[in-house]
Formats: sequence, C-alpha cells, structure tokens
Amino acid sequence: MSMPEVKPLEERPLDKRPVVIEMKGLNKWYDKFHVLKDIDIQVRQGEKVVICGPSGSGKSTMIRTINRLEEHQTGHLIVDGTEMTDDVKNIELIRREVGMVFQQFNLFPHLSILDNVTIAPIWVRKMPRKQAEEIAMTYLERVGISEQARKFPGQLSGGQQQRVAIARALTMQPKIMLFDEPTSALDPEMIKEVLDVMRELADQGMTMMCVTHEMGFAREVADTMVFMDQGQIVEYAGCNDFFNNPREERCKAFLDQILNH
Amino acid sequence: MMEKPKVPLWRNPTVRARFYQFAMLAGLIALAINVYQNTLENLAKRGIGSGFGFLANEAGFRIGEISTLPVFKGGFLWFLAALFFGLVASKALANWLKQKHEKIGDKDRWILAIIALTVVIPLLVLYLGRDTVETVQYTESSSYTMALMTGFANTIKVTIIGCILSTFLGLFVALGRLSPNWLISKLCKWYVEVNRNLPVLMQLFFWYFIVIQQLPNVRQSVNIGDWLFLNKRGLYLPSFIPQESALAFCIAVAVALFSLVFIWRRSKRVLETTGEPGKVLIPSLAVLIGLPGLVWLVGGTPFALEMPVLKGFNFRGGTGLTPEFTALVIGLTVYVSAFNAEIIRSGIQSVSKGQREAARALGLKERHVMRLVILPQAMRVIMPPMTSEYLAIAKSSSLAVGVGYPELVSIGGTILNQSGQSVEIVGIWMAVYLSISLLISAGMNWYNARIKLVER
Amino acid sequence: MSFQVIEDRHPPVTKTGVLGWIRSNLLFPWYNFVLTLVSSWIIWSIGKPFIQWAVIDAYFGTKSEVCSTTSGACWAFIRDMWPVFMVGVYPEDLRWRPLIGLVIVLALVALTCIKQFRSTRWLRFLWLLSPVAVFLSIGGSETLGIEVVSTDYWGGLMLTLVLSAVAMIFAFPLSVLLALGRTSNLPVIRATCVAWIELIRGVPLITILFMASVVLPLFLPAGTELDKVLRAMVGITMFFSAYLAENIRGGLQGLEAGQYEAADALGMSYWQKTLLIILPQALRIVIPPMVNNFIGILKDTSLVGIVGLVDLLQIAFATTSSPEWFGLLEEAYVFIAFWYWVLCYSLSRYSQHLENKMDTGR
Repeated sequence: MSMPEVKPLEERPLDKRPVVIEMKGLNKWYDKFHVLKDIDIQVRQGEKVVICGPSGSGKSTMIRTINRLEEHQTGHLIVDGTEMTDDVKNIELIRREVGMVFQQFNLFPHLSILDNVTIAPIWVRKMPRKQAEEIAMTYLERVGISEQARKFPGQLSGGQQQRVAIARALTMQPKIMLFDEPTSALDPEMIKEVLDVMRELADQGMTMMCVTHEMGFAREVADTMVFMDQGQIVEYAGCNDFFNNPREERCKAFLDQILNH
Repeated sequence: MMEKPKVPLWRNPTVRARFYQFAMLAGLIALAINVYQNTLENLAKRGIGSGFGFLANEAGFRIGEISTLPVFKGGFLWFLAALFFGLVASKALANWLKQKHEKIGDKDRWILAIIALTVVIPLLVLYLGRDTVETVQYTESSSYTMALMTGFANTIKVTIIGCILSTFLGLFVALGRLSPNWLISKLCKWYVEVNRNLPVLMQLFFWYFIVIQQLPNVRQSVNIGDWLFLNKRGLYLPSFIPQESALAFCIAVAVALFSLVFIWRRSKRVLETTGEPGKVLIPSLAVLIGLPGLVWLVGGTPFALEMPVLKGFNFRGGTGLTPEFTALVIGLTVYVSAFNAEIIRSGIQSVSKGQREAARALGLKERHVMRLVILPQAMRVIMPPMTSEYLAIAKSSSLAVGVGYPELVSIGGTILNQSGQSVEIVGIWMAVYLSISLLISAGMNWYNARIKLVER
Repeated sequence: MSFQVIEDRHPPVTKTGVLGWIRSNLLFPWYNFVLTLVSSWIIWSIGKPFIQWAVIDAYFGTKSEVCSTTSGACWAFIRDMWPVFMVGVYPEDLRWRPLIGLVIVLALVALTCIKQFRSTRWLRFLWLLSPVAVFLSIGGSETLGIEVVSTDYWGGLMLTLVLSAVAMIFAFPLSVLLALGRTSNLPVIRATCVAWIELIRGVPLITILFMASVVLPLFLPAGTELDKVLRAMVGITMFFSAYLAENIRGGLQGLEAGQYEAADALGMSYWQKTLLIILPQALRIVIPPMVNNFIGILKDTSLVGIVGLVDLLQIAFATTSSPEWFGLLEEAYVFIAFWYWVLCYSLSRYSQHLENKMDTGR
C-alpha cells in the first residue's frame, strides 16, 4: 500500500486546496430591490480573488455579506467551515477569522494608533495587553508605521491610516482578508504604499478577496477575477483568461474603458 | 534710504480703530451716567432707598418649603484651608508624575493619595471642628437674606433633581427612538415632538392645575403599599431618621463605593496580564453589602424608617413633597427630557456607520462596540449641548414663580413687592444665575478640552 | 456556461414582505415583542381615556348649562369663546381689524409662495411695509384717523404672535451687530458685545422680563411712560438678540476664510466686505437655526403672563374663571395646546425642510 504523497498546502495547486469561502445561490434584497442574484463563488485557501465591475453592481455588498455586515436572505454562505446563519455565535466566530479593510479606513479617532490595533486582540481574543502590543508592533513595523504608534489617526495621512487599518485587521491573525476598495479614497501618490503592503501580504499566502479598480495590481496578484454587473456575476475566470480573452461583451467593454484612458 | 510716506491720521487704521473704540466707550459711559441719574431721581420720587441694607430687615412672610441651611463660623475656614491645601497638593502630585511620564491613574497608590488629600482629610477637619457649622431654618422673623438663601437652596434642589431625572428619561426615550421596534420608536418620536413644541410654562401649569388637581383629597389618598401616598396636597414618602450609627454607616458606604474603583481597576489589570477578566461582581457585592452590613450589625440600625400616617386632616411623619415641587420637577423633567433625547439620539447617530462596521468586522461583541467605539465618540458630541440643557433647567426652574414654588425668583418677587427694592433684587437674581451659568460653562470647557480629538 | 441575465425576483415574504416587516419590526426577537406589548399598553392607557373624554362622552352643542353635567369634554365653551382665545378682550366690534392684519400677512406669504413673485422688488417692499400695516390695523393711529385700541386690550393668540414677531423684527438687526461686534478685532467693541451676550444668555428670561417691567422705568428720565406690552417687547427683544447673535456668529465662523480673503483681495472696505460678501452668505446658512429660535420665542412669550399680560396661555385661565364657563380648564388647555403645537411643529418641519434643501444644494 502506497501512501499518497502529502504536500504542504502552499505547494499544492489551487484546486487541491480546501475551500474557505463558499457561496451557493446567494440572494440579497434591499427592500424590493434585488442586489445580489444567485451568487456562486468558491474561494480556496491562499487564493487571491479580485472583484471588479461598474459602481452599483453589488461587488461591495457581496464581500460585505462574508462577515455579515450585510445580511443575505436566501442561499448558503459557508466561511471556514461555518455556515453563516442568524446565530450570533456563528457570526462572531466568522468575524474573528475574517479581517476587513474599508474604503474610508474607519480607524477609531478617539484611540491612539496602538490602541486601534490592540483593541480587537484584547477584547475579542482575550489576549494580555503586553502580548497584544508586541504583536501589534510587529505588524505596525511591517506596514511601516511603528514610529507613529502613539499618535492618533487624525495626525496621519490617508495612506498611513489605511496601512494602520491593514495592520489592525492583521493583528487578529485572520485566515481571510477582505478589501473593500482600499485605495479609492487615497491620493495617487499614496495608492502605491498601500498596494505594496497588499502585495507583500499576497506573497505570504494570505487568502484575499479584493474589490478594486487597480487593474495593474489585479493582473499582478490575482489568481481569479470576478466581473459583476447588476447584482450578478458576469464573468468568473482565471486571471490570464480574464485579461487576455474575456468571454462576455460587457466585460470587454468595461476592461476597455478602464484600461485605455 | 527712502523716507516713509506720511499717512494722514484719519486714514491710519490703528488710529481709526482707537477712535471707534473710544467713541463707543464714551457713549457707554454717558449712557451709564444718564441711567444712574435717572434711577436716583426716580427712586427719590417714589421714596425708595437704595443699597442692600434692606436685606437685613425681617421678612415676615411664610415660605412653604424650607430647607435647612448651614451657617459657617470662623472654624469652617480650617475646612476650606484643608480642601484648598488638598487640591494644591493633588495638582502638585499630578505635575510631578507628569514629569516622570506617568499619570495618576497608573497606580492605585496615587489614586489613594488623591482621595486622602481632597476628601478624607478635609472631611476629617470638618468633623473635628463640627461645632463651627450650625444649621438654621427660615422662620417668618428671619431676614430677607435668609429668605433668599432658602430660595436659592430650593433652586439648586430642583435643578439637581431635574438634571438627573431628565438625563435618564432622555436616555430611555433616545434608546427607544433608535430601537428597531417600530412602535416604540414612533411612540418615542411623538413624545419628543409633543413635548418640545409646547411651552414649558404651559406644561408646568398642566401638571399643577390639571393633573394634580385631579388627584383625590387627603382622606381618599392613592395608597401604594402603605409606603407612598398621593393626593392633592402632594406626594408622601417614608423618611429615614438618622440614628447613632448613621455617620459610621455613611462612611462605610462611602468607603465601599471608593473601593469599587479599586476592584474595577484590579479586574482590568488581571484582564491585561492574563487575558481572563478578573472577578468584579462578587467582590463588589461583598464590599457593598459587607462593610455597611457590618456597621449595621455592630452599631444597630443606622436609619429608622418613618412611615407617613394619616392623622386627622393630614399626614404626619414621613417626607411630604408639595404639589408645587412635584409639578415643577415633573414638568421640567418631561420638557427637558425631550430635548435631551434628541441630543443623545443625534449624538449616537453622529458616529459614522463605518465606525460601527469596522468594530463589528473586528469581531467585537455588540455591547463592546457600543462601549468601546460608539459611546466614547458620541459623548464628545452629546456633552456640550447637554450642558446647555442643564443650564436651561437651572434657568427654567425660575418658572416656579408661576406655580408658587418658593425658589429664588419667586421669593425675590415677594421681597420686591414688599420692599420695592427692584434694582437690587433683579441685580441679585442676575448675579446668582450668571454665577451658576459661568460655573457650569467653565466646567464644560474644561471637560471639552480634555476629550478633544487629536487632529493634524 | 454562457452568461444569461437574471431577472429581478421578489424577496421571500418571511424576510422582507409585510410579514417580514412585522416579524423584524414588532415581534422578533423576544424582547422586541415585549417592547411592542409595553408600548401598545402605554398608547392604550393614554389614548383611550383621552378619546373617551374628548370625543365619545363629549358635548358638541352650544348650551353652557350642559357643561356641568357631562362627564366628557364640553366643546360648547370653545365654540362660544374661541374669538376671545384669538384676540383677548379686544373690542368686539373691532375684531375685524386684527383679521385684516392676519389677511395682509397671509396674502404676502401666499404671494411669496408663487415662484415668479418670490424675488421681485415690489414684494420685498411690501414685506418691509407689512409690520407697519399690521400695527396700524391692530393698534390704530390718531393721526391717520384709525380708532386707537390701547395695548391693554391686546391679548390671546394675537398678542403671542405680535410679541414674537416684534421680538424677531427688532432682535434681528441688533443681533447682526452683536455678532459682528463679537467677531471684530477691536477689543472694546468685542468685550462689550461678549458681555451683553453672555450676561443675557446666563440669566433666565423671567428675570429680564421683571427687569423690563419694574427696573427699566426707573432707568428712563422721570415722567416717561412705557405701557406694559411695550416693556415686555423690550425684554423679549433683548433676550433673543443674544441668542440670535450666537447663531449668526456661528454662521460667520462657518464661512471659509477664502471668502474673507477674496473680498480683501478685491479691495473692499470692512463694511463693503461685510454687507456684500459675508452677511448674505452667513445669514443664508443660519436661516434654519433662526427659525428654531423663532419657535423658542413663540414658546417663551408664554412667560409674559407672569408680568401681567394676557397671552394665549393666560387666556385659558381668564376665560375659565368666568362664571359661565367656570373650571373648564381641560378644554381650554386642549385648545391652546393645539395652537401652540401646530405653530411650533409646522415651523420646526419648515426649518428641517430648509436644512435638507441646503444640504442637498451644496
């Protein structure tokens, strides 16, 4: 009897890795308005998914259902083996494993940078403050903000704030990171510093879902591309296929518009 | 070198500015002199003296609601000195710690030192020299000064009770408005809309002339478990008569309350070092019940309960709240609570949705989201307008004159009618209210400066 | 798999339909259900007795004798006395004159509502004239041969409105000057304005009314007579000038520094800058808080009862102490509460409307 060879996860091809996010027939309505229509997505461990599409297409809403910032009405959503239900316990369990970075940074203005980053490990993971601060400092160092740890969010630039927001999410040591247009509110010269941090994170094998219009970044980092329009997935393909021969007209038009000006 | 060109005086901005200001000052002084002369002439014509000498005269009228007033003798200065010394020493301690980059909150012993300096030692001094404080009560033969002091005490009483009650009522209504329950949120909305769009004086009259007048006579009082009695003449509650061990009991309660701070701090320390929250509930209850309980067991009952009992035509014993007081407190509370509710609601809503989402996305529990993220930010928005509402209560308590509750304006009005010393009385009113206002706004400015967000 | 457009569907009923709405807004989770029960009970225990009294058991006829026997409200009182509530003891045969005043104002409001007329010069002129016209129609004038009605006869809703309007009209220019003074960089002028504003904001209106009614006559040269209504007007105007000034100061400070700099760069003098650039913008911003201020005036005029005037609030007591309608205070109260509430509530809605319009207009 020969034992099948078990490779470490990182070396396995994507389709051999475990699924960490699964959406099956997911639907969501705002009142009568149908915002997400029959969404089916599978994200495997270590996969980088970039979601694009015109504004109002439901892409933000979709990734926000993953940690229950938006409630879905029908269909299934399974994150890291836990089905998302009304159960508060499941919601808390999933939110612990999923980090999120917002367009508007959403740092807590009344807390220092260090407190912003340690608040979750202390209160959610029940980590001793000393240990939380040590971890926080390592992540702040990685995003290059460690000197500013005692300052307040209002004293930092947008790019710096967004890097702190990334560090804040990472300090919870999540399995999955969600990025909701992380660079849209930034001045051009600050976009690069944030994208660099994200690139580094991708290189380290983090599972990432990212809504963004930065197509250069997507081409470089993404394993899988998702194009959404009017609440449904129009094109769902590997990165190369998506950029080189998109199947759908709408997707082509969108790419043309965003790449050629 | 070029010579500076000469500017004609009237085109020089500095000279112009000085001229305008001088003209204004001259105008004001001329007005003041004119008013002063007119007043003297008018007073002389009406045979009214001027000056504050009349305040020593006998008042001669009855006041329906009398507070016991403290009278301070020379020895009281020792207490003030101790308090002053305590405050100065605390400030010095804080400065010294600041040099060492520490805060008072960092160590229990600093907090203990502050409590000892500002509370324990001054109170001890006060206790040792307790014969320097006497209490007096207003009688008909007391002076006008005493009458005004009694009125002032009543103003303060209504203001403090009104502030506390309206804050809590406002908080409940605000939470109700924010509730996902449609019915309760609409109910609270209309509570606010009705109350803040009707004049406060009208509401006072409503409670006094309509609601309280609907209550039964003394003999048919509404009896709530033999504890509370409600009738046309007011609300009767049991009262607590202090016994021998009362002082020790009060000290025990105070010590227990202070020790809560330390229990809470210990729990936070335990949380930060081990990750598990330290025990709070059981030690707190043990201290809160244990200490006063011990005093009770050793020294006997600290307070005797005295029930109101119907004897003849009225109630004897217990504490009676007059209908005037009840109407005033209810009226002010209800009116101001509507404004407070709006302030609290908009304060909570002013914290952006993103803050709540970010806190949730980090996995914080709902109650922690509220406590750690929403409330600290909402408080900055809530406190300044809330302080103006507290000021408004202090000022609106003067409407008591409409229902005859004897506070500062109402008693001043009586004195004004008796003595005709209108300038002096109105002056006293304004000085008193102005001091209250300035005191509260100074406190508010200090607080706002403390909680201000750090910005670039 | 080729792409197909998915048609919009309706959400499942249990989640977002009427049932879903009831479920999430009234019944679920359990404490929501308890809250629903509690609030229903509150509404029932206040609403039912009130409707019983005001409608079901009420008497809507005209005979005053019935009032002492009915257990419900006696609306005969209001039917008979409502003109008194409106104008107080204003001479009965001259009641058409306040009505004319009202018609003048309503006509102007109606004209202003028509878009073509809104910013015409003649309409502004008419608005400027209207206070005089209203005053003449209510108070009369000897020189113009209109019979004079002394202010002693003014009362009711009319007095409340006249006091509020006068306070607003006179407090406005005063408060603009105070606000400019407070933001000026001349120390004496600034200190004077700060002292005035803080002094008045620090004391209750009632003390200012007492001052205006008993102290002010002492300040004036001997022999000057001021009637009671005029004294109250002076007091209320002083009081609100301080509050208005603070609002306007907020507007002045809300303007961007660029506006001041641009005006300076164009070489304008202080008054040109203030009148042409700063004030028009600042005042526009502060219209909604000024409407709220006016609501405050409207409510606070009820205090003039304490210094002896008979405004809308005092009319309730005056009418119910007449032998014919003795003790019908509840009915009177419902009636005046209705007037105060409708006026204040509609004004507050108007201010909110303006605020929303401004927010979206930017």
